Amino acid sequence: MTAPEAAEPALETQALCKSFGALQVANEINFRLARGARHALIGPNGAGKTSFVNLVSGALEASSGKILLAGQEVTSLSQAQRVKRGLARTFQINQLFRGLSVLENVTLAVGEQHGVAGTLFRPAGAKRAIIEEAYALLEQLGIAEDALRPVREVAYGRQRLVEIAVALGLKPSVLLLDEPAAGVPSGESGTIIEVIERLPADLALLIIEHDMDLVFRLARRITVLVQGTVLTEGPPQAIAADPRVREVYLGERAHS
Amino acid sequence: MTPAQRGGAVDAFARRHRFRALEALPWLLAIAAYFAFPDYLALGAQIVAMVLFGLSADLVLGYAGIVTLGHAAFFGMGAYTAGYLAAHGVGSPLVGLVAASAMGAAIGALSGVIILRTQGLSILMLTLVVCVMLQEAANKMTSITGGADGLQGMQVGSVLGLFSFDIYGHTAYWYCLCVLAAGWLIARALVHAPFGRSLTGIRENVTRMHAIGSPVFLRLLTIYTISAAMAGAAGALIAETTGLVALNVLSVDLSGTILVMIILGGVGRLYGAFIGVPLYMIAQDRFSEIDPVYWYFWIGLLLVLVVVFARGGVLGLAEALIRRSTRRR
Amino acid sequence: MTASATLSAFVSIAFHGTAFAMVLYLVSVGLSVTMGLMGFVNLAHGVFAAAGGYFMTTLMTRYGVPFPLALAGGTIAVAVLAVPLERFLYRPLYGADELDQVLMTMGLVFMSVAVGKFFWGPLAQPFQPPSFLSGQIDLGFRTFPTYRSFLIVSGAVLVTLLWLGLERTRFGARIRAAVDNRRMAQSVGINTSALFTMAFALGSGLAALGGGIGAEILAIDPGYALEHLVYFLIVVAVGGLGTIRGPFVAAMLLGISDTGFKYLLPEFGAFFIYALTMVVLLWKPRGLFGQA
Repeated sequence: MTAPEAAEPALETQALCKSFGALQVANEINFRLARGARHALIGPNGAGKTSFVNLVSGALEASSGKILLAGQEVTSLSQAQRVKRGLARTFQINQLFRGLSVLENVTLAVGEQHGVAGTLFRPAGAKRAIIEEAYALLEQLGIAEDALRPVREVAYGRQRLVEIAVALGLKPSVLLLDEPAAGVPSGESGTIIEVIERLPADLALLIIEHDMDLVFRLARRITVLVQGTVLTEGPPQAIAADPRVREVYLGERAHS
Repeated sequence: MTPAQRGGAVDAFARRHRFRALEALPWLLAIAAYFAFPDYLALGAQIVAMVLFGLSADLVLGYAGIVTLGHAAFFGMGAYTAGYLAAHGVGSPLVGLVAASAMGAAIGALSGVIILRTQGLSILMLTLVVCVMLQEAANKMTSITGGADGLQGMQVGSVLGLFSFDIYGHTAYWYCLCVLAAGWLIARALVHAPFGRSLTGIRENVTRMHAIGSPVFLRLLTIYTISAAMAGAAGALIAETTGLVALNVLSVDLSGTILVMIILGGVGRLYGAFIGVPLYMIAQDRFSEIDPVYWYFWIGLLLVLVVVFARGGVLGLAEALIRRSTRRR
Repeated sequence: MTASATLSAFVSIAFHGTAFAMVLYLVSVGLSVTMGLMGFVNLAHGVFAAAGGYFMTTLMTRYGVPFPLALAGGTIAVAVLAVPLERFLYRPLYGADELDQVLMTMGLVFMSVAVGKFFWGPLAQPFQPPSFLSGQIDLGFRTFPTYRSFLIVSGAVLVTLLWLGLERTRFGARIRAAVDNRRMAQSVGINTSALFTMAFALGSGLAALGGGIGAEILAIDPGYALEHLVYFLIVVAVGGLGTIRGPFVAAMLLGISDTGFKYLLPEFGAFFIYALTMVVLLWKPRGLFGQA
């Protein structure tokens, strides 16, 4: 597998910093996500992984540094603007429209992606293609039977899949998954892993995870973050063998 | 899932905006009321105008989720605009109506741009402050508004040059009803359009809306402006059909009252205003003959009880009953 | 206007504005703490102030109780009555929709207006400060109304006591912790429900004190809670939630500007106050001393 250094990375951060007063959650992070990547971001609790995702997605404003999407600088753009440039994310704790149906949740995302979500007067039902596209996504992820049920009535593991479906509805070129298996009973996490494995090959994927089995199964490249700084980066075997990484995880409860 | 099942789910979803027979009920009742209560048409016209006001407030509160304590600002500015025109030679009610809507929209857009970037307590405070500010301005600019005495010398002409207002309220009733129908069609279309659905998304989870690329501020500003225009139109209706405009049209009291009315009917269900407003106004009309002091007490108590026990209002209770009866089958 | 007349006018404005500010502060500080602590929008806070005023004036006029006792009586009575109110009416709505909180408390305000009118009639309650606090006090360069001077002094004393209470006692420390981060505070073993009840009672008691002591400036009538709601909210919003310093600064700004504007530019009334409030809230949406 050739390293795609010649091609421009799908996502890049240069000297990205973020501090809250004395607390530095991101310290000169230089990060590159190649096109079609399967990249994992790991680190102990409080390392700043979710903050990194928030910085990249625009939910958090950087103190300094640059963020680039497909070579274009997006550091000063809002969340919504970055989404329009092809960036999508999921949340560690589901952020869904709990009172709305599963189908409606995904339709909202698909509608935004098509640019028709702001249509003032023609009924949403008339845009059948949008609804069908959303429905197809549900089928793809195996949750189509819950289509008309309100999200809050759906099992949590399946809600996590809805969360992914919503992100996929945006047709992203870069997808950030924040602990996709978090909170899911171990019996159901297999489905989520399968779904992630079936994602399009040209999608650049960054996964934050604590579950090492999941990481080693899915990732072709791993970055280790400790206290807001990148400790090391490389292919899974190199990371597994690195004594510094094991040291950093000593004292952390091992995932079985 | 078979193609037939998939088609069924998509169909059900796509058909939500179709007119249902039950939706004709409020209009049939309104028409019946014309014949059943010929002596109460003046009150009826006021109720209809307030339903329009309530509908506008529901768009902002029930759909966009903006808690506002100052919606009367737009209503009152609309009323004063229509009243001012009528007192200065522009007698045509329709011109007054359009001007009032435009005024409402302008104030809505201006205050929205300033207010909607904040959230929580700040929005609540700022909507309140805008309303109080406008009331204070109206109070002091006596040359334009008549101050505490109210606008004097309104001369309202006939609608389209054909139907003039009389003390029995015939013209007033149909005039208000037609304007309400127009407003309702607009509100209904908005709610069922992708725009309306995205508002529901903003209300349910604004974090998610940002994360799917939705221009949240722009959507909120749009609905705020449209709602303000509708409220301004309602203000014009009241001004034109009663021939009076006084400071209470800009009061926080009125802003609070319209909230109460739509809560009683049920917020965010499009028809809450149609139920809550007549209920409140008819009850108030009856009660104020008996004792206005008691009215304040009971409406306060009802409000507390509704919040604690029946947050969905009348429509919410109806929905719950229907759900319970279908589950038993 | 001559220089000395202008100076005199400014001194008057500063004096009366400060007295007004003290009343506003006493009533509103409780609201700031409970809003910051429980995140609860309590539009009915003014009712506690009015209740304190009604208790005090009734004790004084109908039962001849002397002023200090009547004031204390009203304060304590309201603080005690606030406890079951918090427990049964407010607590179920912590964490509820903002709209629900607004409506429930609005309902309480409506009820209080009716109750006030029913028991005491629509007119303002008469209030006669005791003889040792009436008249004028002579400070050499000019005289000042004695009662208002008393207001200013008591206000200053109470602010200091509050500040000391918040900064130096364990109770105060717990409140500060819970305002900062409720869940953290709970996990450290702070009994937040008991804390909330006590803070609510304290805040309501302070409001009652403010209502009673301020009866000379803000008359006690059935519509009290509604009439002055906007000003109480302005003090809290501009000052910043969950602090006791913020509302003090905001109350001083509001009290002095309001008095000043009404004296110098009466044609505009409170218009500039509202405009200024908008400007401040847009610049600092969480208030001057609110937390980010």
